[in-house]
Amino acid sequence: MTIAPAEGVVTLPDDPFSPANIAEPYPMLTRLREAGPVTWLEKCGAYAVAGFEEVYEVLTDFETYCSSGGLGPRDIRQDAGWRPPSILESDPPIHTVMRRALTGVINPATVRPLRERFTGPAEEIADELVARREFDVVKDLAEKYPLRVFPDAVGIPQEGRENLLPYGNMVFNAFGPQNEIFDLAFAHADEHSAAILRNCARENLDDTGFGARVWDRVRDGLITAEQAALLVRALLSAGVDTTVFGIGNTLACLARTPRAWAALREDPSLAKFAVDEALRLESPFQKFHRTTTAPGVLGGVRIPAGAKVLLFIGAANRDPRKWGANADTYDLDRQASGHVAFGMGLHQCVGQPIARLEIELVLKALAARVDTIELAGEPVPLTHNVLRGFASLPVRVTPRS
Amino acid sequence: MGGLSARADRRGVVPRTREVIAERVDRVADGVVSLVLVTPDGSPFQPWEPGAHIDVHLGGQYVRQYSLCSSPKDLSHLRVAVLDVPGSRGGSRWIHRNVRPGDTLEISEPRNNFPVRDSRKYLFLAGGIGITPIIPMIERAAEAGRDWRLVYGGRSRAGMAFAERLVDEYGDRVDIVAEDERGRMDLAGVLAMPRAHMLVYACGPGGMLSAVEELCMGWPPGSLHTERFAATALGPGSVAEPFEVELARSGKTVSVPTDRTILEAVEDVGVRVLSSCRQGLCGTCETPVVSGEPEHRDAVLTQDDQDTGATMMICVSRAAAGCGRLVLDL
Ligand code: FES
Repeated sequence: MTIAPAEGVVTLPDDPFSPANIAEPYPMLTRLREAGPVTWLEKCGAYAVAGFEEVYEVLTDFETYCSSGGLGPRDIRQDAGWRPPSILESDPPIHTVMRRALTGVINPATVRPLRERFTGPAEEIADELVARREFDVVKDLAEKYPLRVFPDAVGIPQEGRENLLPYGNMVFNAFGPQNEIFDLAFAHADEHSAAILRNCARENLDDTGFGARVWDRVRDGLITAEQAALLVRALLSAGVDTTVFGIGNTLACLARTPRAWAALREDPSLAKFAVDEALRLESPFQKFHRTTTAPGVLGGVRIPAGAKVLLFIGAANRDPRKWGANADTYDLDRQASGHVAFGMGLHQCVGQPIARLEIELVLKALAARVDTIELAGEPVPLTHNVLRGFASLPVRVTPRS
Repeated sequence: MGGLSARADRRGVVPRTREVIAERVDRVADGVVSLVLVTPDGSPFQPWEPGAHIDVHLGGQYVRQYSLCSSPKDLSHLRVAVLDVPGSRGGSRWIHRNVRPGDTLEISEPRNNFPVRDSRKYLFLAGGIGITPIIPMIERAAEAGRDWRLVYGGRSRAGMAFAERLVDEYGDRVDIVAEDERGRMDLAGVLAMPRAHMLVYACGPGGMLSAVEELCMGWPPGSLHTERFAATALGPGSVAEPFEVELARSGKTVSVPTDRTILEAVEDVGVRVLSSCRQGLCGTCETPVVSGEPEHRDAVLTQDDQDTGATMMICVSRAAAGCGRLVLDL
């Protein structure tokens, strides 16, 4: 099916899913924003929303911009998706019930004790890396740490954990078109899916983790057994890759901004602000779709019903109208609060406090041990449909004297 | 004798009381009288926000809460409407029997259990005398140009206070559902589809509110706000009053006016706090409380955490009634 753009909307030829735009997305994102808050992307058959205000509007208006059409380019209601819809692909009232079940499990009271449990592993990894002086942030830190602490917190068995990263890779790449990147991610799809699904079953979860707590909600009559399995699946797929990318991107920002590292080293309580600003500048989850339920006007552009809008989180988080003329720089003094890296509104990331905690602990552990950090080679961007991150990020550190 | 007298309630909060004159006592519907209260010296009342109520001390015997249904813009008087509940424990009946124009009454300053958050759209649901706190809310929403609708149910038009006046003033936005004409309010129909950016404010009898709560299960957290009419007799509630916040670590003290959040007030003096949703939904702005009692308005803390009061979400929560000063670990 081809959808024609609404009258009067600026049409752009850019392909946000081309390898070049993935490797270096920001020139294209600037072009999109400058062409207007809403434009038509011919290659995608979707409206591009790149202004902060408009992205915020779409995120918070769940009635007009629904999620049940899927976060990818196809409408999964007409054209069944590759898996049963997740909480991310649902609207109220069903969404609210599942969301309530999840926030009953992940909330300040349940996240607080993680700080202590997550600190030791962060310090151990930091000790080892600082002793080596040179390491790859992605392979040696970002991919290691979350996998060491998060699956335990959910309570899944040791066996099959190697499927977590490839599975997350599938889930997120499927929010883009069925291109080569997608095909590559889905090469062993059945195997990964089956392993993850096994881990979501009550009998395979230990009694102490978040997974078991989600299943408790079935006993409470809040959700069905099927929904519980889907919610545990959502935790597993959303809770690993994004944090891996978040750690990598945060350290990329800091390795490129020595002044910021020096400030952090002097005052480690800045760590959480350093994380927030990095999430704004290099948002791990860059783009996804919504589907319109009714015709409407957004940023002065008329959008018909049944259209896909492609939200550019990475563009909104660098919109100079919101963040000022230096929106493209990493500035520890900035008030970055209110960015949309975790989404906003109903679907705002439930695991946000855990993700923030993990990245913060990594930074604190490093800041306590490292005087300077610098790139030891060119970072290699990762080719991914919707996540922004690096395949490799070599750095050199000098231990604290 | 005028002036203030004090009596501590169950949480040790001391509500101030004052004497007022019932300037007018009007029958505004079957079984409902409206009292217009003025100060003895004609001085204006303290500012209050929609949703506020006053305690009325009745002949040294009862204390009853009544929502204010006058306009917060006109502080020359306060108005409450009282339903005579046959067979009740007597507070309302006492007013109906005893209060005559010119009589003196003892009341508390306005307090608020039912504050209204700013939003683009409102759905107001009122059952019977539950219309009273809704009236100033509607005035506020209408003035701010917000999209709003009222569904007001009661047994018969004759018993529904202010029904006619609301229709005259606001027309189509008001839907009067008198049971003897149209049957009961179709709450299921009205609440069937969760709406974006719409807050639901409901006040009325317990049965109606339970139905509303059930029907709002699928609405986004934080959409529904209720005041149980009978339950207003309990709990000190929050105060739509300014209060002070002391920042223990930075040594600063900021005052938080009624129309600003603690978070905004703290940011104004250059103290950094991480926040994200700014609606009490994500937990990012969680702040340890050193002393003082918070009035929690977030949707993330567990009941236990709220009761303990060790931390609070400063993007929405405030100081509890009678707690003029919060000390935060900032
Ligand atoms: S900022 Fe989200 S709860 Fe306060």
